[in-house]
Amino acid sequence: MSNQGKVDCGRRRLVVATAAVGGAGAVAALVPFVSSLLPSERAKAAGAPVEVDISKLEPGQMMTVEWRGKPVWIINRTKDMLDTLPKLADAVADPKSEKEQQPAYAQNDTRSIKPEMLVVVGICTHLGCSPSSKFKKGAEEGMGADWLGGFLCPCHGSTFDFAGRVFKAKPAPTNLEVPPHYYMADTRILIGEDKKGA
Amino acid sequence: MAAGNFEKYKSDGSLGGNLLEWVDARFPATSMWKGHLSEYYAPKNFNFWYFFGSLALLVLVIQIVTGIFLVMHYKPDAALNANGVPVAFASVEYIMRDVPGGWLIRYMHSTGASAFFIVVYMHMFRGLIYGSYRKPRELTWLFGVGIFLVLMGEAFFGYLLPWGQMSYWGAQVIVNLFSAIPIIGNDLSLIIRGDFVVGDATLNRFFSFHVIAFPLVLIGLIAAHVLALHETGSNNPDGIEIKANKDENGIPRDGIPFHPYYTVKDIVGVVVFLMVFSAVLFFAPEGGGYFLETPNFYPADPLKTPPHIAPVWYFTPFYSILRAMVWNFFGLDAKFWGVVAMGASVVIFAFLPWLDRSPVKSIRYRGPITKVMITIFVICFFILGYLGTLSPSPMGELVSQVCTVFYFGFFLGMPWWSRMDKFKPVPDRVTMK
Repeated sequence: MSNQGKVDCGRRRLVVATAAVGGAGAVAALVPFVSSLLPSERAKAAGAPVEVDISKLEPGQMMTVEWRGKPVWIINRTKDMLDTLPKLADAVADPKSEKEQQPAYAQNDTRSIKPEMLVVVGICTHLGCSPSSKFKKGAEEGMGADWLGGFLCPCHGSTFDFAGRVFKAKPAPTNLEVPPHYYMADTRILIGEDKKGA
Repeated sequence: MAAGNFEKYKSDGSLGGNLLEWVDARFPATSMWKGHLSEYYAPKNFNFWYFFGSLALLVLVIQIVTGIFLVMHYKPDAALNANGVPVAFASVEYIMRDVPGGWLIRYMHSTGASAFFIVVYMHMFRGLIYGSYRKPRELTWLFGVGIFLVLMGEAFFGYLLPWGQMSYWGAQVIVNLFSAIPIIGNDLSLIIRGDFVVGDATLNRFFSFHVIAFPLVLIGLIAAHVLALHETGSNNPDGIEIKANKDENGIPRDGIPFHPYYTVKDIVGVVVFLMVFSAVLFFAPEGGGYFLETPNFYPADPLKTPPHIAPVWYFTPFYSILRAMVWNFFGLDAKFWGVVAMGASVVIFAFLPWLDRSPVKSIRYRGPITKVMITIFVICFFILGYLGTLSPSPMGELVSQVCTVFYFGFFLGMPWWSRMDKFKPVPDRVTMK
């Protein structure tokens, strides 16, 4: 405690240097805490592919399997359902699936490997709710008269067609995601992996 | 220096004297009691609206005490038990059915959460109509906004813990909100969840936030809120400074000691509040599906969203504002702007002290413009709150967009409309009605 107004510059420099080193140490100490919030090694390893038998999936039916904690839908689309797709080209936001929401082998008119068999992650691209199926037309599902069938997200009202394409002016920004998958046999799909060498 | 405190008191600091004096020489017990209670002079014209600050403190105590006892039986574990039910969900059911008195403690806690928001919204409305946020109480108001934000986080984390359908999907939606932030969004929501989906990691960290981190911050902010208030002194329904008129002893002429006058008055408020609280607790603990939502009586199912999901009622006004944003701007998704609008709708309260340019504080001496604006604001707040509980519909979307415009218009237009009003002369002394 000096009574003179003079500042000891050398001592002040030392104080600043000490505070800077201490501050850097405190910031460095944050690293383990923040990194502990990231997914653990066990969580990262849990994403194993899932094998699905689709032999009992009749046309018009849909099944749900769990992959990485998310629902994956497999829908055996009827011809009627597939016929709605070209009609909706002007109504959906990304008709040609140009945004990367699918592997290259599903970037086609039906967004699938086999035309009738749609495999999509059943999680709305808006805020992660799982849309409900509204397969019937129009008023039967409580939808507008021009509804041709598809999915409605209960949370914020995004709608998707039978290829998981989002309709225009809806909160969801992109089409439903098509997960990597391939046919191990005619009626067996492996979800979570691309075909080796493909 | 060392003997300094002894000099203020008759005692020499030995145990031979009065025990209180011995303590006072070592800890400011008497001076704190006086400064914050028996010689804290509050305006004598407090009305009904001034109950809600102390009621908020009461609800905080209820939440902490019931919370301590709930944690003794609750298990934050998303794994399925032998019956195929998530452990966390089963432990809440166990509290409800098998723990003696557990149902009552749990319903006190869940009803307390809604009561907390009712009381806090009333408290905020009081601040709004009497200009309690105005100079010199800006910091009291800012700490209050901080308390509100932390309370929202606390309630959100707590709602995940029962691990029901609404817990799960509500958390899914809110955490995904953060992914809408450009560039850092996806990593941020990953850090919040601790997994690629809402799961056991999320449940455990929300538990930690709910029972340790946020309550600590909350108590710290409440202390700062009260300390800042006691520094400036309380506002009152007339919005005038009682400290401007002091008697020869330096005591405000319009002030009365908080204790015993307002402690006793507040006890009346506590009795009435507890009557209403108990009525809900015993006769309608689910609050008609608004305090505890029906889907939350089903265990969390990551594969199936309930057909209708909505946040708990106290979040619905802000949720409606989120849903009202359906346009893309500047190449960024509507989703991002929804998050921005929702965040802004809460944070904008912090700017009130600087948005309000009226020459008088209290609504009693402000003119028709203020009264109309506040009425529209409150009506919009209720409409947004109601729409937020409903499924999305084109009509609801349009109405919520109109209300969102009014909501923000109220705040952003305030620098102009608050000045344009007609004002009545403000009295020198507080008035008693």
